Amino acid sequence: MDYNFHWRPVFNKLPELLSAGLTTLEVATLSMIIGIFCGLLLAIARMSDNKLIRWPATVWVELARNTPALFQLFFFGFGLGAFSIHLSPYFIVVAGLAFNNAGYLAENFRGGFQAVPDTQIRAARSLGMTSTQTYIRIVIPQVLRIVYHPMTNQMVWAVLMSSLGMMVGFRELSGETQFFASKTYRMFEYFAVAALIYYAIVKVILGGAKLASFRLFRY
Amino acid sequence: MIEIKGLHKYFGALHVLKGIDLNVEKGEVLSVIGSSGSGKSTLLYCINALEEIQKGAVIVDGVDVHAKSTDMNKLRQNLGMVFQQWNSFPHLTALENVALAPQIVKKHSKTDALAIAEKQLRHVGLGEKLNVYPSALSGGQQQRLAIARALAMEPEYMLFDEATSALDPELVGEVLETMRMLAEEGMTMICVTHEMGFARDVSDRVAYFHQGVMEEIGPPEQIFGDPKSEHTKKFLANVR
Repeated sequence: MDYNFHWRPVFNKLPELLSAGLTTLEVATLSMIIGIFCGLLLAIARMSDNKLIRWPATVWVELARNTPALFQLFFFGFGLGAFSIHLSPYFIVVAGLAFNNAGYLAENFRGGFQAVPDTQIRAARSLGMTSTQTYIRIVIPQVLRIVYHPMTNQMVWAVLMSSLGMMVGFRELSGETQFFASKTYRMFEYFAVAALIYYAIVKVILGGAKLASFRLFRY
Repeated sequence: MIEIKGLHKYFGALHVLKGIDLNVEKGEVLSVIGSSGSGKSTLLYCINALEEIQKGAVIVDGVDVHAKSTDMNKLRQNLGMVFQQWNSFPHLTALENVALAPQIVKKHSKTDALAIAEKQLRHVGLGEKLNVYPSALSGGQQQRLAIARALAMEPEYMLFDEATSALDPELVGEVLETMRMLAEEGMTMICVTHEMGFARDVSDRVAYFHQGVMEEIGPPEQIFGDPKSEHTKKFLANVR
């Protein structure tokens, strides 16, 4: 083996890599927030009796779950470009990941909604709550607990998927790593350090989610 | 007053209620007895419009419950309901369970809603359990919580749908005791029940339902002592 490891160039760029790691966390978080919101709407839409509401939601969920996430990013990047809609790389990544998250979360939420007994809804309605109040105060809080762990997994997945951002020219952690690595040809060293940063981000998310669950779900 | 006139209810092809006529006066306690599937629980759901009806009418204090123009959410505030599966909200403490509807439906301030909730929980004997989650309560306690939750809306009527059927035998007593207390306070109550002792001792009238028909209604002494209908006799002979 005649490869000599040189770690110094990587350590010199550590501040840049860590800052790119924060960007990764930022787009993942943003895409999760949008994804949770859209996923809830999709789940409710898919349970609707109205075909015109149910159908587009089904198409979204099917596409998000059954096509490569990379293609979904490409669609928001180059696909929309064909219609002269040009998004910044930042928005392409956020929109693409949010689209994907929403599709997966919608299925989790749907299962969650089905797990809340109808009798809970009846009890709430019998107290004079409107159907909106019943959903917001009684059903959704229970659904969120049921889907909490799948949601945490999706957040981890969003962090890892955001590395696809480098394919649409976004300088998140992978894009930044690739940029420096190709300048110095220290591929292994850069990507090894980047992998450690990804690992740390994921561990922080999982630990935070566990702590938050003690606080959120005291019942 | 609750007036039920020529009420018919179908579940698809299944004819569950076959023309029920029944009036319940203010302050009255009516027990509805009968075997499972006789339509007695469905009757309650038709009274507070949790189920639609196909024919006839339910009129509460002059308001047609099933009319399109009726504000169901307002009407239900006046018709407290307690279910067989007590249905406490698992993500809320006992206090929050009871305070929620007064706050978001009746628009009381949070402080007022909590005060109402505390008062009602003490009323049903759960004063020590205010900040406990339902998972830490027994079935009987959860059912009393459900009663307090309904009472917090200050309803004039209470509907009990087999409130003790899902409870362990040793927990039935505390819930019946709470219902008895409400009856003594003058609450108007319709109790669908399998507790013959309760029906006999507490009700002003007892109605016997058989296959979607109200076979017989009368004072408990008459229904239990001198039933007119053959079906009623047979049912009572079996439950004793």
